[in-house]
Amino acid sequence: MPDDVQDKVIRILADQAMLEPEDIEMNQAPADLGIDSLGLVEAIFSIEETFDVSVPFNANEPEKSEFDISTVAAIVDAVRDLVRQQKA
Amino acid sequence: MKRVVITGAGTINALGHNAADTLEAMREGRCGIGELDIRDVDRLAVRIGGQVKGYDEHAHFNRQQIALYDRFTQFALMSAREAIGQSGLSFEGALAARSGVVLGTSGGGLTTQDENYRAVYEEGKNRVHPFVVPKLMNNAAASHVSMQWNLKGPSFTVATACASSNHAMGQAFMLIRSGMADVMITGGSESMLCFGGVKAWEGLRVMSKDACRPFSATRNGMVQGEGAGAFVFEEYGHAKARGAEILAEVAGFAMTSDAADIVMPSKQGAARAILGAMQDGRIAPDKVGYINAHGTGTAANDKTECAAVADAFGAHADNLMISSTKSMHGHLIGGTGAVELLACIMAVRDGVIAPTIGYEEHDPECALDVVPNEAREARVQYALSNAFAFGGLNAVLALKRHAG
Repeated sequence: MPDDVQDKVIRILADQAMLEPEDIEMNQAPADLGIDSLGLVEAIFSIEETFDVSVPFNANEPEKSEFDISTVAAIVDAVRDLVRQQKA
Repeated sequence: MKRVVITGAGTINALGHNAADTLEAMREGRCGIGELDIRDVDRLAVRIGGQVKGYDEHAHFNRQQIALYDRFTQFALMSAREAIGQSGLSFEGALAARSGVVLGTSGGGLTTQDENYRAVYEEGKNRVHPFVVPKLMNNAAASHVSMQWNLKGPSFTVATACASSNHAMGQAFMLIRSGMADVMITGGSESMLCFGGVKAWEGLRVMSKDACRPFSATRNGMVQGEGAGAFVFEEYGHAKARGAEILAEVAGFAMTSDAADIVMPSKQGAARAILGAMQDGRIAPDKVGYINAHGTGTAANDKTECAAVADAFGAHADNLMISSTKSMHGHLIGGTGAVELLACIMAVRDGVIAPTIGYEEHDPECALDVVPNEAREARVQYALSNAFAFGGLNAVLALKRHAG
């Protein structure tokens, strides 16, 4: 369900990938958007600053992170979880 | 071309406050990494480091000196004192004019910057100590070493991030080899374990929160260290004429640039530096018995480095030993190559190979003999020391066993 979190996350990823938000599809992986590991670290920083949350992410073991970065949809869901936890 | 030998070594780091204690800790595979004891550590996500513990600056320096010596300068001076003391040299007259100092550092007086930014921004002060500039400048350590020991020849500081020390020692080597100097004090120093220093690294998301486990499949990042290493590089004829004890010969050096990415390492750039150092020293690859790896414990470095070694050595890659002592002393950034050269001296002089500690699980992408967890005895004729910096700047030194 599209919401404010989704719009903002897509905007962050689009900025990082130097694309327009409408060019981003929910099932795309960061790599599909041309975002490399350093770009991902920067996007995560933007997410933290935008939502005032702390994202558990270690670039050495992205697959082990509790924060699922496999697709745009997964990132949006993970950010929603973090925002919910922060409010709780 | 002149030959260059090492006639003195000194250090202070998380494993020991001198070379003997440091080498003993490496032999025993001791870990110097522990909980950070710094201001505002509770605001950090990464709270471990290879910090120099049990160190009281007032035990070594007076009030006036401390006003001028940042921690990185203090570490350089302590290391230089040990190295020069071991060499037995004193610098006067013609020798002073033909002796210099080249040191590596990445952050320079970062602690001084951190403290003084705090004073003006956080505490709102409008006045800082008059010596902030001479205390924080990157060449402060090299300059104070030159002043203390009357070194009047070529002297400067090299900053190439994590390869600073290796680049510095390479410059010292070339200055003596080309005849521009007879003796060079060289190595490097770093003291980045302050709130701002660790916070900056934290941002990059490559730091481990628990341990540095190079080459292990379970590795999850690097751990910062601090300290210094210093060496006396001396022209062989000069050392021999005065009957100096020779720790090892500096046999070759090479540097390359990846020209590719500001943080991701390149296999080709690293392999070219390794091959270059062997070509420079006319070293047959199968004579290299040990490599002190850059081995940061990050996913990117360790697999790239192993692939570079495999490319450079071919089949011999499986016969040589490669270990990362960063698992014990942490990553000293601009000072790291200097402390790691001690492990190379131990390999060629004492026949003891420092281990990679914290090794838990085989990684097929790092399928070399990484000397896991326990030191080993082996006779080694040549040892290499790798350093591959952020920015893609690589520097590799080759040491040769000195028979005699």
